[in-house]
Amino acid sequence: MALLSVEDLTVTFSRRGRRPVHAVDGVTFSVEAGATVGLVGESGCGKSVTSLAIMGLLPRRGADVGGAVRFDGDDLLQLSPNAMRELRGREIAMVFQDPQTSLNPVLTVGRQITEVLERHRDMRGRDADREAASLLDRVGIPDPNRRLKDYPHQMSGGMRQRALIAMALACKPRLLIADEPTTALDVTIQAQILELLKELVVDSGTALVMITHDLGVVAGLCDTVHVMYSGRIVESSDRRSLFAEPRHPYTTGLLASVPRLDSPRGVPLRPIPGSPRDLLPWAQGCAFAPRCTRRVDQCTAVAPDLLPDPVTGHALRCYNPWPPGGEAVAVPAPIVAEPIVAKPAVRRARKKP
Amino acid sequence: MSVAESESVLLLAEHTGEEGGSRLKLAFRQLRRNPVAVIGAALILLFVAVAILAPLLAPYSPTHGDLSNITVSHVPGPSSKHWLGLDLQGRDELSRIIYGARASLLIGVVSLTLGATLGMLLGALAGGFGGWVDSIIMRLMDIMLAVPGLLFAIAVAALLGPSLRSVMTAIAVVNVPVFARLLRASMLGQRESDYVLAARSLGVKRRKIIIGHVLPNSLAPVIVQGTLALATAIIDAAGLAFLGLGSADPSVPEWGRMLTDTQQYLRTAPQLALFPGAAILLSVLGFNLLGDALREALDPKLRR
Repeated sequence: MALLSVEDLTVTFSRRGRRPVHAVDGVTFSVEAGATVGLVGESGCGKSVTSLAIMGLLPRRGADVGGAVRFDGDDLLQLSPNAMRELRGREIAMVFQDPQTSLNPVLTVGRQITEVLERHRDMRGRDADREAASLLDRVGIPDPNRRLKDYPHQMSGGMRQRALIAMALACKPRLLIADEPTTALDVTIQAQILELLKELVVDSGTALVMITHDLGVVAGLCDTVHVMYSGRIVESSDRRSLFAEPRHPYTTGLLASVPRLDSPRGVPLRPIPGSPRDLLPWAQGCAFAPRCTRRVDQCTAVAPDLLPDPVTGHALRCYNPWPPGGEAVAVPAPIVAEPIVAKPAVRRARKKP
Repeated sequence: MSVAESESVLLLAEHTGEEGGSRLKLAFRQLRRNPVAVIGAALILLFVAVAILAPLLAPYSPTHGDLSNITVSHVPGPSSKHWLGLDLQGRDELSRIIYGARASLLIGVVSLTLGATLGMLLGALAGGFGGWVDSIIMRLMDIMLAVPGLLFAIAVAALLGPSLRSVMTAIAVVNVPVFARLLRASMLGQRESDYVLAARSLGVKRRKIIIGHVLPNSLAPVIVQGTLALATAIIDAAGLAFLGLGSADPSVPEWGRMLTDTQQYLRTAPQLALFPGAAILLSVLGFNLLGDALREALDPKLRR
């Protein structure tokens, strides 16, 4: 049985006097123990809301969550707030997008890590300090004992994200949800953080849900990929097949809009026209239809279902997908580079004057 | 030098530089570089030192005067014996102003401590619990704020009868809703922040999040308001004393009452109004300058 299975998850935000917004609209996917699953899509497609719904972190008022989130057999949506709080941090943890704001500015980094250890592992005082230092060491922060006494503003963005990962992994959770963990970092640091996640999470058997808009991240890390658009999954497949034979026009659009080093000069990038706001409600057809180059009449009449694609075996929500291998779409180079690039977390020494 | 050593040297250089210490230490360092803050702090220090050391500094007794030189048309002005002259009762004006600092400081500090403590308690309850607790507390505060501050203080002081204690109580009561609203608003803002979400995602308990994360981050505007409220408290104390609601004992020197006592004699002895006025001005100015500088130092948005 899967470690996490999300079944027909819906999240509806409603405010008085406004039309309710279906941020997540029937999302189903599962994560096996130790597997890495990617949720990919543009901003506003519902991927972050999905993760907050799994964690039970959506506001109780105004957000209506439906469906089921089964973790190890229990439906998390039915758990009491207290039981859920016990689970968070211990069994399921999360790493957020912006390390600049995700650490409390008035507490030392060490204190913020030991807080988690106190809460879930009942460690106090020197034991907790020692464990916190070893956690910092594991995420590649040099001189961890001194860094424990640092305040967040004394650390660089990459180091802060490392510290946040250390906090998330403090209790060896079985599932880690990473919500765009590299988006706020610059590219070289991104590679280091991804390599770190791969090392710590994937190799230790923690399952990872990677939420990203960056196909490079997916290419380097994920076993299975779900492409989301406007609150629904439009294409699911294993990584290799998705990059080799993308079928949904949105997936191919995402792939075509990634810049590549090895394409000849002068070849323009092809962004997907329009923005995610130009969407059709799913009730009136396919939400992507207004931006789609392969739109047929049927698209604006009835929304397509998510069905197995007879050619590739992907789960696909499209009436008129690209023919497999038709327009060859180049696979972006994975961001996770060779270890030799990713390793030096420590700044190189400057030359002696 | 090995790689590791030069690395730690680099890190050390970072530590001794701009970035060391907590946010409060950082703010303090910035304050020391700000001339406005230094002037404000110097004025406050002078004011506090004068109040505490009054018996040592005052050349004469503030309560005993010699009426032999005083007539209705002539009050002796500044001289080498009495630097600021004599008041209408023949008492040394300088000594009275020096002792007057005590009443101002006492009223300021006590009323602020009382008012701010109670206000922050209510604000923290409202901001921490939300819901109906928040609604009830905040509507109460709104009612109190609907009445103009000094008027409200006059009502309270008049109700309790003229004494230093009733002045302190009155000013404390006026300060309660100000601090309650400020802390609540600040906490509500912090509750939506990313680090609170991150702490929740790690299963930290609600009470711990409110006390350990939200509250300490919400205090900056309260600290600023504290210094500014001290200035207001001194003005209000002077105002209440001017209106006759100060200490019941007329011989106790108070800057506000010193103004009242001389209002009939503004033509013949204007210095008797100017000196206490200047004393009020300088002490209030000190707190205001420091408050403004603190606001700048604590608000990261105003920085650079």
